[in-house]
Amino acid sequence: MSAAWRAPTRRLRPRVVLGGLALVVVVAALVELSVGAATIDVPQHLRCLAGEATGCAAGERYILLSLRLPRTLVAAVVGCGLAVSGAAMQGLFRNPLADPGLIGVSSGAALGAGVAIALEAGAELLPFGLTLPALAFAGGLAATCLVHRLAQVRGQTSVTSLLLAGIAVSALAGAVIGLLGYIADDQQLRDLSMWLLGGLGGASGDVLLVLVPTVAIACALLWRRARALDALMLGEAEAFHLGVDVERLRRRVVAEVALAVGACVAFTGVIGFVGLVVPHLLRGVVGPRHRLLLPAAGLGGAALLLLADAAARTVLAPAELPVGILTALLGAPVFLSLLARARAAEVA
Amino acid sequence: MPSSLLSSFVLAVGLAAATACGASSTAPAEAAPAEAAADDAPVARPARIVALGGPVTETLFALGAGSRVVGVDLSSLHPEAATRLPRVGYYRQFSAEGVLSLRPDVVIASDQAGPPAALEHLRASGVPVLEIPAADDLNDARANLEAIAAAAGVDAAEALRLRARLERDLEGAQTLLRRARSRPRVLFVYARGPGRLLVGGRGTPMAELIALAGADNAGAAIEGMRPWSAEAVIDAAPEIVLLPSRGLDSVGGEAGLLALPGLAQTPAGRERRIVAIDDLKLLGFGPRIGEGLRELVVGLHPEVAEGPT
Repeated sequence: MSAAWRAPTRRLRPRVVLGGLALVVVVAALVELSVGAATIDVPQHLRCLAGEATGCAAGERYILLSLRLPRTLVAAVVGCGLAVSGAAMQGLFRNPLADPGLIGVSSGAALGAGVAIALEAGAELLPFGLTLPALAFAGGLAATCLVHRLAQVRGQTSVTSLLLAGIAVSALAGAVIGLLGYIADDQQLRDLSMWLLGGLGGASGDVLLVLVPTVAIACALLWRRARALDALMLGEAEAFHLGVDVERLRRRVVAEVALAVGACVAFTGVIGFVGLVVPHLLRGVVGPRHRLLLPAAGLGGAALLLLADAAARTVLAPAELPVGILTALLGAPVFLSLLARARAAEVA
Repeated sequence: MPSSLLSSFVLAVGLAAATACGASSTAPAEAAPAEAAADDAPVARPARIVALGGPVTETLFALGAGSRVVGVDLSSLHPEAATRLPRVGYYRQFSAEGVLSLRPDVVIASDQAGPPAALEHLRASGVPVLEIPAADDLNDARANLEAIAAAAGVDAAEALRLRARLERDLEGAQTLLRRARSRPRVLFVYARGPGRLLVGGRGTPMAELIALAGADNAGAAIEGMRPWSAEAVIDAAPEIVLLPSRGLDSVGGEAGLLALPGLAQTPAGRERRIVAIDDLKLLGFGPRIGEGLRELVVGLHPEVAEGPT
């Protein structure tokens, strides 16, 4: 593990790194906008929008503006939210293997989605199409609250008890999802398993109106924890002596991660590995300091999910692959190679 | 440095938010009215049709409109020509852009097709979408046939011809059934490999078909499709086990099926009475339902095949 945390020998200047990553995000967004099942001349449509040209097909414009554009923005925001949350969780648990799902938010959201799909619950209370995200979001937050409560021993939480409570609550959620799967009919079961693979097909302007402020606020708050998370890397006692209220930091980071990940998962389903791999990868480039790592991870996560979704929309066109399959297919080997390299460095 | 970093981070997020709001307010407003006027009503005889759902595709091909079908979903397995068309994913999880990229004049979809947002996108972009309700009995089958023929702009003569064939097949099944002297207890088993067996209870399309074929549903004690349980199967005491032919292959044929726990203790197991049917013909209540029903009657009442036909 020490190798993974070791500062790189030649560190690039922060401005260069963030500028470079932002450029990658822009390029990835342009790729996401340009490719897909339909062949669209994007520059031509931009000229049409600017009023410099005419004769753009309305159908193509609809695909570009109402399907691809919201989807591009959702991919960027969700990738950013998941990766920033992952970086914060790795800092909080002081372990580069930590994942935003550890605190139960993903499994709780999956349970909420399962209730919405299999029991068709809440359909009469909420507008059409909102039931599933609302129940998933509520499930994610409820599970995280439960994890946090269970982890409290005499008013104190420890990393170990948080981890164990997270595993227990996730297992419980998994069991109830299994029960829901038993109750569900074939088609509901298929819907549920597709949801668990994640996908950005539900992207729309309305989704963005909820997603963007939630993720932006959560990420901004997490960014303010950067110094405290840096201090925590030294150890809990050391952080305490540096003036960090470790208990409060833990509570806040857990709440903020639950907010960001809960909102993302509610609209897209479970998209794995972005929160794990991206911070891990970027720590090797920008070093472990959170003030730089958190924004770098946000940009990196946005770029990764944009590219993964562009691939998900094209490899099987006109059908579409759930993007969670691709992030796992890409993420797992990268992650394994990182681990192997870290071990090799340790041995050497 | 920290303040500049913060500002660039906030700027990036803010920019994303601003574009997002812009997208949500401009996109539908600009795209919708221009097309709504032009494409609101379905084209009388659409040249490009996308079919979502196996029975819809099958009906279109049976109506002779197969050459105008430009895309199907993954559940469209019949006829073979349909499987060679571009596929837009499973009909419950199709991609809006995938369908739009095929430039359809009309989308004819099962009412189970989704996700809802994708259907919304199709309509908002000006493509008429006709939803066909899931058929649970013969009247639904007749109604859907007519709705699909109308949506595809099929000649009335062609639609009548298919309808007449359906009625002739159903009549044939009835004629055969009048000669039946048995009323067996039939258990429907939906199999996808030895570990994944479901039995059909009340309220399933299979229960309706078993009744139409002059037999009793041995699974009537349960509701819907439920996982196989050895005790429940023994208790149901079926005289015949009915299953889709593709399902029979997945459990290793008759030998594999008879080796399943509980089955050997039932009358069907002891007498090896297993009937495999083509589920594509039967389960969706599509245009071949009459033909499928005829085969089912013969399968469940072997005595009807003995005399002259």
